[in-house]
Amino acid sequence: MARLSLQGIRKSFARTEILKGITLDVEDGEFISLVGASGCGKSTLLRIIAGLEHPDEGSVSIDGKPVDEASPKARNVAMVFQDYALYPHMTVAQNMAMPLIMGRLPMRARLPGMRLLTPGFAPLRREIATQVETVARQLRIDHLLERKPAQLSGGQRQRVALGRALVRNPHLFLMDEPLSNLDAKLRVQVRQEIVELHQNTGLTFVYVTHDQVEAMTMSNRVALLQEGRLLQVGTPDDLYSDPDSLSVARFIGSPEINVLPAQARAGGFEVGDQFIPVPHQLELGSDLFLAVRPEGVMVAGAGARDGRQMVTLAVTRTGMEDLGGEIILHTAVKGLPGIDLRARLQKEAGGVDLDLRNLPLDLNLSFSPRSCRLFAASGARIRAGAERAASLPTSLESVG
Amino acid sequence: MSAASGSLARRRALLAYALVAPASVLILLIYIGPIIAVIFASLTDYTLVRDGFSFVGLENYTAMFADEAFANALRNTVIYAAFFLPGAFFISLFLALAIQSRKKFRSVLEVLFFLPVTSTLAAMALVWAALMDSRQGVINNTLTSFGLEPVNFLGDPGFVLAALAAISLWSIIGFNMVLFLAGLTAIPRNLYDAAAIDGADHPVDRFFRVTWPMLAPTSVFVAVTTSITAFKLFDTVAVLTKGGPARSSEVFLYLTFLEGFEYFNMGYAAALSVFFLGLIFVFALIQTLLSDRRINS
Repeated sequence: MARLSLQGIRKSFARTEILKGITLDVEDGEFISLVGASGCGKSTLLRIIAGLEHPDEGSVSIDGKPVDEASPKARNVAMVFQDYALYPHMTVAQNMAMPLIMGRLPMRARLPGMRLLTPGFAPLRREIATQVETVARQLRIDHLLERKPAQLSGGQRQRVALGRALVRNPHLFLMDEPLSNLDAKLRVQVRQEIVELHQNTGLTFVYVTHDQVEAMTMSNRVALLQEGRLLQVGTPDDLYSDPDSLSVARFIGSPEINVLPAQARAGGFEVGDQFIPVPHQLELGSDLFLAVRPEGVMVAGAGARDGRQMVTLAVTRTGMEDLGGEIILHTAVKGLPGIDLRARLQKEAGGVDLDLRNLPLDLNLSFSPRSCRLFAASGARIRAGAERAASLPTSLESVG
Repeated sequence: MSAASGSLARRRALLAYALVAPASVLILLIYIGPIIAVIFASLTDYTLVRDGFSFVGLENYTAMFADEAFANALRNTVIYAAFFLPGAFFISLFLALAIQSRKKFRSVLEVLFFLPVTSTLAAMALVWAALMDSRQGVINNTLTSFGLEPVNFLGDPGFVLAALAAISLWSIIGFNMVLFLAGLTAIPRNLYDAAAIDGADHPVDRFFRVTWPMLAPTSVFVAVTTSITAFKLFDTVAVLTKGGPARSSEVFLYLTFLEGFEYFNMGYAAALSVFFLGLIFVFALIQTLLSDRRINS
């Protein structure tokens, strides 16, 4: 149970600056994901929170108290490592008991061979063993307690790592890509279990991942890192529907958001050869980027119109990915070389008259200006004054 | 069909035998053959001074176990090993642990400690003889400057085995240290991270919870190879003491050498060699069994 606060964290290795001033507040009981491509500094940030690494500048506070000088032990953080970092020479029970032994037994009782020479600690040892068993039962690994990590499957090792983190009632629960070594099916299952763990324990979770789907599905809030900077921190829906920059829009969502070049004109913008009126204040003649999610794109003429003008582009079909319930259509936009316009079409919901299996090679795709986000050439988001309140569509499909 | 596959299997078997043949022949010639020859010789009264020989059965072995010189050599070897083994193991381990965490001078220190391994011990033994000289040696000069009595390291029966052990330590510590360093490098960093998170951040805890158990295979290897090295002590004895004074440094291999090449009792020397082979075999067996053992903390 703890609030976590990061103030202006900077960190360099050799001459490479990995973290360039990270300021972030995490509420008590929150599940926050640090997400970003590899090398963005997210793991380093987690290690700084844990106390395994020390920042060059900035400060880490837990519950309002600075912990910069405190050891990981004193911070009372638990951490699950990417490859679990289980002690291969210890049994599951010994692995899980480690934080308790270190926390409760004095040095003279911890030394090897001292079990028999310090009989006074036997009750405490039994208590530790009971506690380990309780947690092991919760995680359904109580039948594995006497095994060594090498005799366990990936999923079982994962649980042992979780168990070792859980036995100690930590202030903070840190996870560094804990699912990346699991196969796809197990990943979804453990993902759900970690979410339940968060709900049951009410602990503050900081979860590092490069997988935006994990970040979006598991967390209360997502912090997106790129090249050592926080691009945006917000709820998964914030990042998906209301990105602050083109980088965020591109990182979040799969298939990737469509980005089309456009030019600002009086009262609107021009994309391809169409003029679209928008209420935004645009610098006349400037280059813009128009971004639209693939699910916002439909085959022209199919589906319902919202009565406003649609952006319609003539395209050539270049590929189709059949995902079962839906189809990802890849097209090349005529007149806009190098632009791959992707449409995500629901087989069932798609136009009744639309035979997705027999789409013509040349077709028109359209999308509503309301589902578009405008970005300046710099990548910064351009918002209309009233857009957030009024015209922002809130009913975008949730992320898959 | 079955005939065809049968001939295929036979051809494959032939090919397999053909491919292992060169290695098998070499192993037979270089290892198995000489061992059989030595065992054979140990059952004879073969000497270098007389043509021909006759079988004497186990006579050499019974003579060996009754031989005072054999008991003396065995005792000297064990005393020497008692000086040599703990030092060769723990000093190397300590140096490896101390050097491992150094960033700047690690490679320099590694080379410095490893240098004695690359030197020719027989030649360097003469340098040690000069250092340990009872009258003009640097070590004794240092001792007397502190007001201590000079020690005749290589001439005093009470000191000679310890002095020989010191020379051997000097020559082997760098090698064992490099073995330990390799073992330490193979311990995953993230185990130490996990230990720090789990609260094992005290150096003593880190050592006993992570380093020592993870180093176990290396430790077993170092302990066994060093034990074998201890029983193979020969060149410094041959150069510096010739087994003296009063046979107080006559160790096992030196006795074997004396019997074979000084007294020309080849049959008896062969019996000693077979005994030595059995001893080494026991150590190798211990290592094999221990490295299969599950390591418990």
